[in-house]
Amino acid sequence: MTKPPNYKDVEDIQTRISRQLARLWSWIFLAALIAIFEIWARVSDGSSFAFNAYNIQSILIFAASPLLLGLGQTLVIIAGGIDLSVGFVMGFASIVMAQVMRHLGVDLPVGFALGAGIVIALVASSIPGFINGFLIARLGVPAFIGTLGMYGVARGAGYILADGATVSVQDDWLEAFGSGKIVGIPIAVWITLLVVLLLHYVLSQTRFGQYTYAIGANREAAKRAGINVTRHTVSLYVISAMCAGLAGVLYTARFSAGAPQAGEPLLLDAIAAVVIGGASLFGGSGTVIGTVIGALIIAVIQFGLVFVDVKPFWQFGAVGIVIIISVLVDQQKRKFGGRA
Amino acid sequence: MNSVDRVPLLSVRNITKKFGGVLALDSVSINLWRGEVLALAGDNGAGKSTLTKVISGVYHPDIGNIEFDGKKIEITTPAVARKIGIETIYQDLALSDNLDVGANVFLGREPVKRVFGIPTRIDRPFMQSAAQKLLENLDIEISPTKMQRPVGLLSGGQRQAVAISRAMYWNASVLIMDEPTAALGVPEQRKVVALIQRLKKENVGVIFISHNLSDIFAVADRIVVLHRGKIAGERETHKTSGDELVKLMVGGAP
Repeated sequence: MTKPPNYKDVEDIQTRISRQLARLWSWIFLAALIAIFEIWARVSDGSSFAFNAYNIQSILIFAASPLLLGLGQTLVIIAGGIDLSVGFVMGFASIVMAQVMRHLGVDLPVGFALGAGIVIALVASSIPGFINGFLIARLGVPAFIGTLGMYGVARGAGYILADGATVSVQDDWLEAFGSGKIVGIPIAVWITLLVVLLLHYVLSQTRFGQYTYAIGANREAAKRAGINVTRHTVSLYVISAMCAGLAGVLYTARFSAGAPQAGEPLLLDAIAAVVIGGASLFGGSGTVIGTVIGALIIAVIQFGLVFVDVKPFWQFGAVGIVIIISVLVDQQKRKFGGRA
Repeated sequence: MNSVDRVPLLSVRNITKKFGGVLALDSVSINLWRGEVLALAGDNGAGKSTLTKVISGVYHPDIGNIEFDGKKIEITTPAVARKIGIETIYQDLALSDNLDVGANVFLGREPVKRVFGIPTRIDRPFMQSAAQKLLENLDIEISPTKMQRPVGLLSGGQRQAVAISRAMYWNASVLIMDEPTAALGVPEQRKVVALIQRLKKENVGVIFISHNLSDIFAVADRIVVLHRGKIAGERETHKTSGDELVKLMVGGAP
């Protein structure tokens, strides 16, 4: 090949800039939000919004639970599905953990009740995930309906196990786990960070991640390429449910009590985080880092509005508007075929 | 085919496939020999695509069996077909529009780096350079930036080239091409025809589906015409004419 490279299909600069803007918009939006609250704080009382350890910590704690629900959800949404059951799976896991620890009692050797509670809660949370996956991948139930059914089932199971009330647990290890900090950052945040790194690696670097994107874009093509689409889809719903289960575990640890409604208000925040982060509800696109940014945007809005003394009800509307904007951005992005 | 070669490369026997009440294939048998290009012709709904999907493991026949190199085989999934050495280029291309060229070429069989024998990351640079080489071989140009962009952004001809490269990479012994020239301009159609002739020399058996009679006459050794799920006739290319094929395709007596 001696011919000089003279490609006819090079895109023009305008397309390239628009594409980069669409790709980075959630970062820009987050930065703008923080800047606005920062200016507000400086102007009103000379304090700082962003350069304040307490504020940062609060925002991270605010973000952790919806983010955990959103992480598994990211994989499910990329593959063209949706998981509406995560909120009550979180509550169910939180109750399972509390009940296990209560029944095991405090006479057991150090930390055993805590360990057993965590393991059993995580295993229990995988069951609704497996059923979701089986219904959707094997029996062809639409994801929206199948997981909506599981939303009800997990909710009922949680309330039955809890006998309608919160289940409190007295355990020093649990309390240490729930309120513990490493380098000033709560253990729950570290654990969430760990899940972020793990799922980011899986999604962006491994075959498993590649197949998740492939299934979301073209299920039939993935099947013909020899990918076991059914098994893969089931694993995705199990991962989503176990992320919710982990959020339930962290909830029980934080409040020393399990509650069936623990995750109820978080479902929409979780889906919002995924969508704001650039995933398309049509499947095929989205990233873990995007979801992290999405969850941070929601947490900054929620905490920031409280910080500037706006009545908390305004935050529902604010988050709603951000969701609508991100869907509009996604539609623009489709024109440039951006994946990230 | 030469006389020593008594065992067909691929032998499809009495395949019947129903979809609900529709008989898509009715006891269809074909043989494919090494280094032969077999064209499947027929009107829309004649069963051409169904037959190729049975061979490539997408559909399971209700009755009938398939032999590969004289041995009976069960093609239960597309992965099994590819393992045996049967590659397919589908009419609808079956690409993942959100993945780049390399990822599509290797979809389902990505090379993976290993650390202490444990599979870890997908080897993207390798996929990229292998895909680049394949495309150069096909004489198709895709700019390096576009190579790393989702294939949904490529032109019809470029996408077709990606689908063809995917099948080429694995040195298949049977290659099924379902309307490979449909989305292409005239120069690219010529490239596909030249490619088929090259594969023939390499002893690959090619099943070629096309509406385009001039393509069929350009590459096929033998032509099987399907009509409403049945074999309406089989002709050697040099002993038939376009008129005769059209008559067979529409179900008229030859």
